[in-house]
Amino acid sequence: MTTEVGSETEVKKDSEQLGPDKAKDKPEEASETPGDQKSREASPGEAQDSSVPAPTSQSSPSSQKKEKSSPESKGISRFLPPWLKKQKSYTLAEPKDEPKKRATGEEQVVEESESQAQPRKSLEEAAENQENAKADDKEKHSISSAEIQPSKEDGKETEVEEVAEKKEEKQEEKENRETKEVQTAEIKIDNVPQKSPKKIKTVQCKVMLLDGTEYSCDLEKRAKGQVLFDKVCEHLNLLEKDYFGLLFYENSEQKNWLDSSKEIKRQIRSLPWIFTFNVKFYPPDPSQLTEDITRYFLCLQLRQDIASGRLPCSFVTHALLGSYTLQAELGDHDPEEHRSDYISEFQFAPNQTQEMEEKVAELHKTHRGLTPAQADSQFLENAKRLSMYGVDLHHAKDSEGVDIMLGVCANGLLIYKDRLRINRFAWPKILKISYKRSNFYIKVRPAELEQFESTIGFKLPNHRAAKRLWKVCVEHHTFFRLVSPEQPPKAKFLTLGSKFRYSGRTQAQTRQASNLIDRPAPYFERTSSKRVSRSLDGAPMGVSDQSLLRDFSAAGGRAAGDKIIDLEATGQDKLKEGGREEDESPLKTPQLELTQDGKKKGDHIFQVKTLPGKEKQWIAMPRIAGAKPEETDKSLEEEITSILFSKERFGAGTSGPFAAASPGPAEGAAGEQTGAAAPGPQRHASRTEGPCTGVSDADKSSHETLDIVEEKKQAEFGIEETLVVDETNKGKMQVATDAGETCKVEHVSKKDSSSLPSDSSSSSSSSESEDEEVGEYLPHHRAIEEVIREEQEEEEDMKRKEHEENTQRVEAIPEGSKLNVPVEHTQVTAEDLVQENTVTVAAEEKNLSEQIKQDLGEEKEEEQLKLNGDVSHVDIDVAPQLICCSEPPVVKTEMVTISDATQRTEISTKEIPIVQTETKTITYESSQLDGNAGGDTGVLVSAQTITSESISTTTTTHITKMVKGGVSETRIEKRIVITGDADIDHDEALAQAIKEAKEQHPDMSVTRVVVHKETELAEEDED
Amino acid sequence: MAGLSGGLAAFGRCTHAVVRALPESLCRQALRSTAGPEVDFARAEREYQLYVGVLRGKLGLQVLELPADESLPDCVFVEDVAVVCEETALLTRPGAPSRRKEVEAMKRVLESLNLNIVEMVDENATLDGGDVLFTGREFFVGLSKRTNQRGAEILADTFKDYAVSTVPVHDSLHLKSFCSMAGPNLIAIGSSEAAQKALKTMQQMSDHRYDKLTVPDDAAANCVYLNIPSKGHVLLHRAPEEYPESAKVFEKLKDHMLIPIANTELEKVDGSLTCCSVLINKASEL
Repeated sequence: MTTEVGSETEVKKDSEQLGPDKAKDKPEEASETPGDQKSREASPGEAQDSSVPAPTSQSSPSSQKKEKSSPESKGISRFLPPWLKKQKSYTLAEPKDEPKKRATGEEQVVEESESQAQPRKSLEEAAENQENAKADDKEKHSISSAEIQPSKEDGKETEVEEVAEKKEEKQEEKENRETKEVQTAEIKIDNVPQKSPKKIKTVQCKVMLLDGTEYSCDLEKRAKGQVLFDKVCEHLNLLEKDYFGLLFYENSEQKNWLDSSKEIKRQIRSLPWIFTFNVKFYPPDPSQLTEDITRYFLCLQLRQDIASGRLPCSFVTHALLGSYTLQAELGDHDPEEHRSDYISEFQFAPNQTQEMEEKVAELHKTHRGLTPAQADSQFLENAKRLSMYGVDLHHAKDSEGVDIMLGVCANGLLIYKDRLRINRFAWPKILKISYKRSNFYIKVRPAELEQFESTIGFKLPNHRAAKRLWKVCVEHHTFFRLVSPEQPPKAKFLTLGSKFRYSGRTQAQTRQASNLIDRPAPYFERTSSKRVSRSLDGAPMGVSDQSLLRDFSAAGGRAAGDKIIDLEATGQDKLKEGGREEDESPLKTPQLELTQDGKKKGDHIFQVKTLPGKEKQWIAMPRIAGAKPEETDKSLEEEITSILFSKERFGAGTSGPFAAASPGPAEGAAGEQTGAAAPGPQRHASRTEGPCTGVSDADKSSHETLDIVEEKKQAEFGIEETLVVDETNKGKMQVATDAGETCKVEHVSKKDSSSLPSDSSSSSSSSESEDEEVGEYLPHHRAIEEVIREEQEEEEDMKRKEHEENTQRVEAIPEGSKLNVPVEHTQVTAEDLVQENTVTVAAEEKNLSEQIKQDLGEEKEEEQLKLNGDVSHVDIDVAPQLICCSEPPVVKTEMVTISDATQRTEISTKEIPIVQTETKTITYESSQLDGNAGGDTGVLVSAQTITSESISTTTTTHITKMVKGGVSETRIEKRIVITGDADIDHDEALAQAIKEAKEQHPDMSVTRVVVHKETELAEEDED
Repeated sequence: MAGLSGGLAAFGRCTHAVVRALPESLCRQALRSTAGPEVDFARAEREYQLYVGVLRGKLGLQVLELPADESLPDCVFVEDVAVVCEETALLTRPGAPSRRKEVEAMKRVLESLNLNIVEMVDENATLDGGDVLFTGREFFVGLSKRTNQRGAEILADTFKDYAVSTVPVHDSLHLKSFCSMAGPNLIAIGSSEAAQKALKTMQQMSDHRYDKLTVPDDAAANCVYLNIPSKGHVLLHRAPEEYPESAKVFEKLKDHMLIPIANTELEKVDGSLTCCSVLINKASEL
């Protein structure tokens, strides 16, 4: 996004922020938010101001804010002048050019932050003065109350001191940062006068088109992707546009599709905005496209793909396709005009030889009479048969660390090792697609003789890559397999993970729509691919852009991050306002902020929470925010292990506290995340000295927060893993959860119903970020889609950058370092534990299952009703996630699903497992009730499936409630799978299982026992 | 035009066949997976002559017959040393070291046909043509004792237009020991568990749905399909005397011109019908 734009926003923000700055923590941000909001609102009005030189603009925003916010805020403007002056003087030292501003501006921020200790101080002082006014503001917008103030006050003072000392404490870090921003803003403002006012509102976009030309336009900075895409398509005169998309590059190689439904600035993190217009969904049968112009663009794309080597073809095919290209672009071969070397100006293949060119020429002659459109069609008819046509490849590793490629295409997911296809999962075979961190999972339908779905995991280079792959899968599945796109999952209580869904038209829809196209075939000029080909030189389009980006980022450094953050801050305002307009805005804002401050989710969420009016939390949370950043950095990579670790801990002591915790008003998802901080103290009572209200405790609490957050993740992890959707039971939701499920449902019904609604928005906030670590997608269960849960996350990349700064400072602080040590230690431990995870879990599971069994019986009915009414799957961690430090603990319950490793076991995709098995099935039936099982068709009232697993057994409990002729009947079907080697006594295990089932449901009778035994025969390997 | 443009209509089209006479050393020295009765050379020769006769006389192919080489007892099984698809021929590196020299003669004859020749020079690669099933849409490569991953990769590199999927082969010598193409979209498959498993694998790997023709005997599932302009679908399959039940299954193929051919002797040394020829479709016009 343009810096300029950012700067304005910042300015406004900053002016208000002064107050917030003092309060170092979340509260600050919260306060910022209101300001931003105002500024945004003001923006329309500002348009007028835009022409005004910067100084004016500065004041104007503030004044506008006043108008909107309150009389009190007016006071702020008074304060501004001195503040500004100081800034300016400082700024003068650093001359800036207009052009540089973008890049440099941000850099400056960084630099300044370090060098500007003094100015900062002054600023802060000013800020203090203004504080009161701002505080008022805050109060207005956020419900923050007096309680918040104390913490802020502390923060301020500290900060001031700090500045003087030039020493930074963790808590203060944040403040410093903010201060910097403010300064930056100032600087920018100075620059602004030089710039054209318009720029403030718009961002220039460049789009590399398929014919090698560039399209540029100015977009409102908050424009959604769709706006740009529509503009481009309009420019291209393209109606069948659903097959296309806009790509932008992240880092150098990682290409991302611009999501039309989201604001561009939330997706692309650096300036300039450069996109490439590309085919996103390669139509399997291009002849079904309605317009030639569409086919033409597809041809251009394929020529690029082929010339760059992305779409491999044989020599013969290169020649053939090349000859059609010539025919389309040059027309019939003309011996006069087309001399020997006319071809070498084109590029048909990555390695083009003389021989190939001769062959192309030879073939070209045979195409005499084909019109360009016909030649294009022939081109496509041949290209579409290439095995890699339309396959989007992603690097990955299999469970054994072997490099493989995952290819997403119209039909499903292909697995390649080197150039060999080693496996393939057609969409109908895939039950669920999910990602977790850098792992990508697919759950596949059981093969003929298998009973259970298997989950296959792949390791992607990083979590962004995993998410990218996941998104591509979701999009391809939706586009090619569905009639209409799914609705993104709604914000739900405890919904975690990415909510991303494909929002465009599906192929079916676009075909329908294009049938309605009623226009004369548009004239378009086929640009000679000479230029394109040559410029490509084997490299994909956009490479040049990438280099630009790189340069830019090099120049701008972290500054870019800052800017973005600022912009994001604006987004925050919305939240604050209490306008939880969309799920997205809340989410994003927090995340971005994270980027900036390196805070953990907890913090952000915290803010979100405040909206509802939980002011008390402020106190505790802020502290955490201060301390956290550094920890976060370090822990990013290790979080997953930590998760496992915490898993273990669950078993140990968690359950106790939770149970004890009084179920307060549920905080909702927000609470859940926020809660991370709170539970810490309790759980780690030994370490913690008390509720983290005091400043002194802040550090500790932060530390704990981290742990808790991890725990929370763990819980999700478990859920995700265990979630099983059984396709065969149509419409029935089969949730494979462990024992925890019963509890969870219970809780939900008790508490959440009332409080959740308000919180749901906040919970949703977590989902939007680009960096969610988790996402799930169930290709076949649209009704159950809500099952998708996710965990929102810090952004690794951006954050890291930001964190680097923070971390460095932090290290200087003895206190901080101390804190770190334990954390790290923990994490290490966690790693070790990972391997033993299975065992631990199993042990714990037993405990849980005990409880559950009891609950199961009692709660069954209730559960079912609940579930029935609400198709969505609700997860609740058994562990209370949210505890308010300043108040009686608010416990939020969630289901803790614990699955052992077996479910997650990654199946090597290297070869298709061929296991010889012997199966036999024995059925025992009691005659009495069995009639029911048969043809009677009752009305299904509810169905539910619970799965619990231990090392050697998997118990799937399927409960159906039927109403037949007014009589309701509940059937419980338990499927117990005992896996293991010969050393497990299967018969005993079976007997035990039956016994348990009887005990569990004393009022029910066993009507049928089916024993299905599958024995693996030793494989004969003659090698 | 060559290449993909041929599509399925061209599947099985064939103008030339490369065969190689049997050496007498075959009887005693040919590699065999299981010990058994010795090959009756005279009978083997008769069967071979019938086979060649059908290709040449009945089907009108240009048959290029390489002379036998006594030092290469397995040289009659030409299929293993070259994979020809459209205009490109991949000379393999057979899994059995004793057979590597067989490639030389094949190379010469293929060069004479002006094919694009790719040689497998990687010393870590092995590939027997008997492990390569080309369906007209894609390749399946059996990973067997004779064919390894690297060999399959080179095949994939050679025929870039096509997907190349690997299929584990455990119980038999080659992938095509229990399957083959019996028509443009028809896979003949044996009934053994291994064969069925391999078929499942292939089905899973493919974007395309093939019809299958299941025959009771694995060995009988290896047949030679040709698409001869004047004769339509032609299928060389094992004689009813050898595999009566399987022959009955073939006889249900009404659209095919069925030519039963006995292969009793070479079968003793793991030879099947496809083994004895390399079929080439040489477009005349270009």
